[in-house]
Amino acid sequence: MEQMEKQYHVHYSPAKGWARVDFAELWRYKDLIWLFVKRDFTVMYKQTILGPAWVLINPLLSAAMYTVMFGVIAKLPTDGVPQALFYLAGTALWGFFAACINRVSATFTANSAIFSKVYFPRLTMPISTMLSALINFVLQFIMFFALLLFYVAKGQVHPNWALMPLTVLLLAQVGLLGLGCGIIVSSLTTRYRDLMVVVTFGVQLWMYGTPVVYPLSMIEGMNHILHVAMICNPMTAPMESFRYIFFGSGQVTLQLWVVSLVWTVVLLALGLSLFSKVEKTFVDTV
Amino acid sequence: MEKQNDIMIRVRDVKKKYKIGQIGGGTLRGDLQSWWARKRGKEDPNTIIGTDQRLIGTTFMALNGVSFDVHRGEAVGIIGSNGAGKSTLLKLLTHVTAPTEGDIDIYGRVASMLEVGTGFHPEMTGRENVYLNGAILGMTRSEIDAKMDEIIEFSEVGDFIDTPVKRYSSGMYVKLAFSVAAHLDSEIMIMDEVLAVGDMKFQQKCLGKMGDEAESGRTILYVSHNMATIRQLCTRCIVLDQGRIIFDGDVDEAIGIYAKGNIMTDAVNDLRELSRDANRGVRAKMLQLEFAGKSSPSYRHDEPMELKVTIHAAQDVPRAGFRVVISSQDQTHIGMADFPQFAALRAGETKDFIFTLRSGVLHSGNYSFFVALYEHDDLGGIAILDDLGRSFTFQIMDDPVGGYPWNKNCGHVRFVDATVRCAE
Repeated sequence: MEQMEKQYHVHYSPAKGWARVDFAELWRYKDLIWLFVKRDFTVMYKQTILGPAWVLINPLLSAAMYTVMFGVIAKLPTDGVPQALFYLAGTALWGFFAACINRVSATFTANSAIFSKVYFPRLTMPISTMLSALINFVLQFIMFFALLLFYVAKGQVHPNWALMPLTVLLLAQVGLLGLGCGIIVSSLTTRYRDLMVVVTFGVQLWMYGTPVVYPLSMIEGMNHILHVAMICNPMTAPMESFRYIFFGSGQVTLQLWVVSLVWTVVLLALGLSLFSKVEKTFVDTV
Repeated sequence: MEKQNDIMIRVRDVKKKYKIGQIGGGTLRGDLQSWWARKRGKEDPNTIIGTDQRLIGTTFMALNGVSFDVHRGEAVGIIGSNGAGKSTLLKLLTHVTAPTEGDIDIYGRVASMLEVGTGFHPEMTGRENVYLNGAILGMTRSEIDAKMDEIIEFSEVGDFIDTPVKRYSSGMYVKLAFSVAAHLDSEIMIMDEVLAVGDMKFQQKCLGKMGDEAESGRTILYVSHNMATIRQLCTRCIVLDQGRIIFDGDVDEAIGIYAKGNIMTDAVNDLRELSRDANRGVRAKMLQLEFAGKSSPSYRHDEPMELKVTIHAAQDVPRAGFRVVISSQDQTHIGMADFPQFAALRAGETKDFIFTLRSGVLHSGNYSFFVALYEHDDLGGIAILDDLGRSFTFQIMDDPVGGYPWNKNCGHVRFVDATVRCAE
């Protein structure tokens, strides 16, 4: 009993300075994270006609649109990869990242009712949001993989099979980066609601600044400043690496990955700290 | 002497401050605007219209230095009038928000029931919601698994457990939600009027369960306006008033102090020394309230209630208004009598006004009311000049006239003007 009391002893004091994240507590609530993921999935497709099929229809339509817009009309290069496959990979991976930012950034505003009633580690919300975005991505990935196999059979694509397990690390990187950006925005939206509008638009702009609908190699020969800007973009490395793994095309350099990892660590640390500070008293200001 | 490790909750000099008048602008543009205006010494364009300009930067202490200990197995009731700081205290104890000053130590897991069914999702089944709600309250999946049968049985939901809760009646919903919270593996239980819902039988079942828990060593903190349940459940009672503890100890004594402080039953009431919020009673003040022509505030249904209020104006109030908000005994607001623009008050004068209400439209019983003096400002808004943290009670005597026998399902209002005619 005494030991248990020690285990559960908590001390609340005024929110001051930079806050730290209680990871042990977060771990105790791991079941909750999973249940939130399950809830998101159950609820999202209740009372819709096509149900979970929407997860697949969305990127398919986007990829089809990009194929027409950028592939057929604008004639952007795809490093020799079949256009449908190229755009599907781009939209799926970017879709995962964008979903992390967009949905995580609404954490406080969307859950203020429940947050003001009961305490649980607030980080469970953004983490579960990220995980449900990841599950959606995995479903899309399966579809993508089927298409990939089709083109491989036709001999048009030559993936680096040996590197495929690294995809897991790549996804973790993208997820954490999205989580970091998302929780920074969510912490700021407790005070400035109009940031929500900026975010959706900003993420869209970011997409066009990232080699999603075009390969990095296209920029390299075009404009030096643009190329440097793209190297500084933390999403460039995962995007290009994904293509390198699955298409055998794309540029992966150490420099790209260092930039991307530094960004991820910095944004995530900043986000976690900001989030932990805001979560203490945000119910007073919302 | 109590042993140190008997303490489950230790609260030391806790304060909670809220800003009033000017709560965060909400937009970056608004904040920059306010900051720029302050910088130049101009009036803040984002001040809420109608608030006293002197209030900018002032704060409201919801809790103003609260200290107490709760020991293992105690069932502590917390009472106090609206705005005394009860809910704020619970929010701090349950970690929903952080104190502005002071320290809170909690030795054990807390099951908070500030609102039952938090996180219930209408599209999910009862069982799914039990898992989710239990996890929100801090249980692990295996703990919920172990208690599932018990929870279902206690909730009386039975076969509907696998039906989406949107199909539940409100009673079933509440029962299920309460059952989850009641079966938490926690040493401390914090509740806020959760028993106000559900039918009588279930309420008693819950109280019984709480009582058992307290006896088995669980610590309970319970906030309520319902003195009967406080009496039934609690072994100790804390009375809060304006953010401070004014009494801590025996339950009956506490209820007595609360009742005395909260209710005025005299025919003539001196209002001069009653506590008010900082900006109240400055421009104009209510000095006295008298149930005119009565020795005690008790009325027949055909007798109008006349409230004689003495008002002193320190400044000109060109359009003064007065309102009376009447509540039933269970604190439900029943209605308001409004006297908009009843007078123009001149600076320095003291006048008596008689406000007349046909209180006989109410059914027999005891009622209470709050009064407020306000003004219509130039922009068509309303600004409160004076109100009191206290209510006044009065009684409507039994109706001697026959008719449909009144019971609680008939409500409180009697439509005295109702007529009938033959349609031909």
